Amino acid sequence: MKSLGSIRRKFAPWNDPDAKPYIVFENVTKKFGDFIAVNDLSLAIFEREFFALLGASGCGKSTLLRMLAGFEEPTSGRILLDGQDLRGIPPYRRPVNMMFQSYALFPHMTVEKNIAFGLKQEGMPAAEIDKRVAEMLRLVKLEQFAKRKPHQLSGGQRQRVALARSVAKRPKVLLLDEPLGALDKKLREETQFELMDLQQELGLTFVVVTHDQEEAMTMADRIAIMDKGQVMQVATPAEVYEAPASRFVANFVGNVNMFEGTVADRTQDTARITGASGAQILVENAADTVAGADVAFAIRPEKIRVSSKKPADAVNALEGEVYDIAYLGDMTVYHVRLDDGQMVRASMLNATREIDDPLTWDDRAWISFRPNAGIVLTR
Amino acid sequence: MTDATATAGTVATPSSGPPTSFLQSIVNRLVIIVPYVWLLFFFLIPFVIVFKISLSDTARAMPPYVPTFDISKGFGSLLAGLRELDFENYLWLAGDPLYFNAYISSVVVAAISTVLALLVGYPIAYGMARAPATIRPTLLMLVILPFWTSFLIRVYAWIGILKPEGLLNQFLLSVGVISQPLVILNTYAAIFIGIVYSYLPFMVLPLYSSLEKMDHSLIEAAQDLGCPPITAFWKITFPLSLPGVVAGCLLVFIPAAGEFVIPDLLGGSRTLMIGRTLWNEFNSNGDWPVASAVAVVLLLILIVPIVLFQHMQAKAQEQGR
Repeated sequence: MKSLGSIRRKFAPWNDPDAKPYIVFENVTKKFGDFIAVNDLSLAIFEREFFALLGASGCGKSTLLRMLAGFEEPTSGRILLDGQDLRGIPPYRRPVNMMFQSYALFPHMTVEKNIAFGLKQEGMPAAEIDKRVAEMLRLVKLEQFAKRKPHQLSGGQRQRVALARSVAKRPKVLLLDEPLGALDKKLREETQFELMDLQQELGLTFVVVTHDQEEAMTMADRIAIMDKGQVMQVATPAEVYEAPASRFVANFVGNVNMFEGTVADRTQDTARITGASGAQILVENAADTVAGADVAFAIRPEKIRVSSKKPADAVNALEGEVYDIAYLGDMTVYHVRLDDGQMVRASMLNATREIDDPLTWDDRAWISFRPNAGIVLTR
Repeated sequence: MTDATATAGTVATPSSGPPTSFLQSIVNRLVIIVPYVWLLFFFLIPFVIVFKISLSDTARAMPPYVPTFDISKGFGSLLAGLRELDFENYLWLAGDPLYFNAYISSVVVAAISTVLALLVGYPIAYGMARAPATIRPTLLMLVILPFWTSFLIRVYAWIGILKPEGLLNQFLLSVGVISQPLVILNTYAAIFIGIVYSYLPFMVLPLYSSLEKMDHSLIEAAQDLGCPPITAFWKITFPLSLPGVVAGCLLVFIPAAGEFVIPDLLGGSRTLMIGRTLWNEFNSNGDWPVASAVAVVLLLILIVPIVLFQHMQAKAQEQGR
């Protein structure tokens, strides 16, 4: 049997020019008084996609979700679901269901009644409701809690009831607002994988709002990074991390070192960047930069090597002083202050039990990296 | 028992327990005692006195009943007095349909008034709870503002509004809705208006507090699962506000059932309520024992909803709401 992961890897309708998007935001703007929550945003989400909206609080991601659910109407622009304009359709007539951040379980109803609520509303026959509820309880492993009230459950159990209730109606799209926000770290990690399996099993389109980048990276097929009501980049987790579109995205996702400078000269494949202090870096992945342009070179900590001597084969090597060391077990994080004053973060995998090239506080050290280890950013 | 633990506590920890903690425990106990002392002096003792009078016989004396207890006359006379007490007055109450009708009528009037107050109060409380948080304190102020004026004066004001040549009739006549003045004063309608008006804050406040703390995302969740707003109200909002509904209803029903001022001033002589019957018995007839018996029975009738109320509260607390 194929693992679910192998199915996921082949799933990439956004690269297929013939694929028709399932949910489309067309120049959507949402204002609350003077405050612009969502600013002229366009976005396409495909069927069966696990899509994450990632951003800091107040970036408009929840507003986007609430517009899709029907709790807010766009001030301007259109939202299409499967080709149908959603404007004017109230939340109770939309084929989407939402899992609320607070779970919003009905406190006066048992687990079973909570799950059955939407089905009853639909007018489903009682026998079928019972069957579906039992199926849902099995899916979230809460069979023995059917008769409990929400306040008699733990946080993790409540989260699963909320999930079961929101998928019970088999919606076309499931919206999840910070679905794991209230869980502790360990439970959160377990639940992430459960959510992914569930999404594959039911074949639903998931749109999840989160401020937790790790959560988004783990679960989502694609991530939209949002800031100030706009989408900064939509891409797969790997692209977002390795090929961020802007300084904002690079800074937002994971740790990054940013070297500001100007392009001194460039060839077909490479560019030479001169920093403020005159240090030179040779890089590939310079895309469409031209000589003289102000750019940033972004490089992730794990792609930088720290050594006590300048590596003989290094194309890019800068000298500095070890400012701080954090030993994390699986890796060691160095903070190196370069001679021009810039602080660089580098993490080295502890591949052997003893570190070959031991460095300590205030030692002179070299950082080095390959020309293709980072990316040049113009925005 | 209390003394023993207190002493044991101080003896066992003379050095480790600083004197302030001992003082603290006394203060703590005093704080608990205060309400009990209050209830003892202002509820239990008066009640025992009223109950004793209800078992006595009428007499042309001051006070107008026998026996009266006088401790100075010794223990023997006390016992003799106790032997004279009987339930004659209660039998008298049971035998006269006037009292039965007055009780029934009071309970019915109070029940109808309570339902009316709920119908008026619920939308007010709902509107307040859904109002922007910044203006909620102002709205709350407006609800309790009538208390700044004396209850009696406000009821008198209603006479001016409801009487045949009053403000309401003048207005309706001038607008042309009616050609004859409406007879409202001195009817049950006037009593309903008076009770609903006077006790509305007691309905609105508990309703508001239970509606205000309700998580709005519950309504959104219900709508998300396919409920139109009206259905969401009946399936989610209303059941969750039930503790407030029960509290509000009891806070209106209990005082309304024993109400005297409103039926006396607005209801006129043709309406029958137990509060006025009691007043007549006490002041016009001077029959203290029968009046006391009426009061004791009224109390027993009202204890039922009070117990119900406490039961509901305990249940709500157990559910953590």
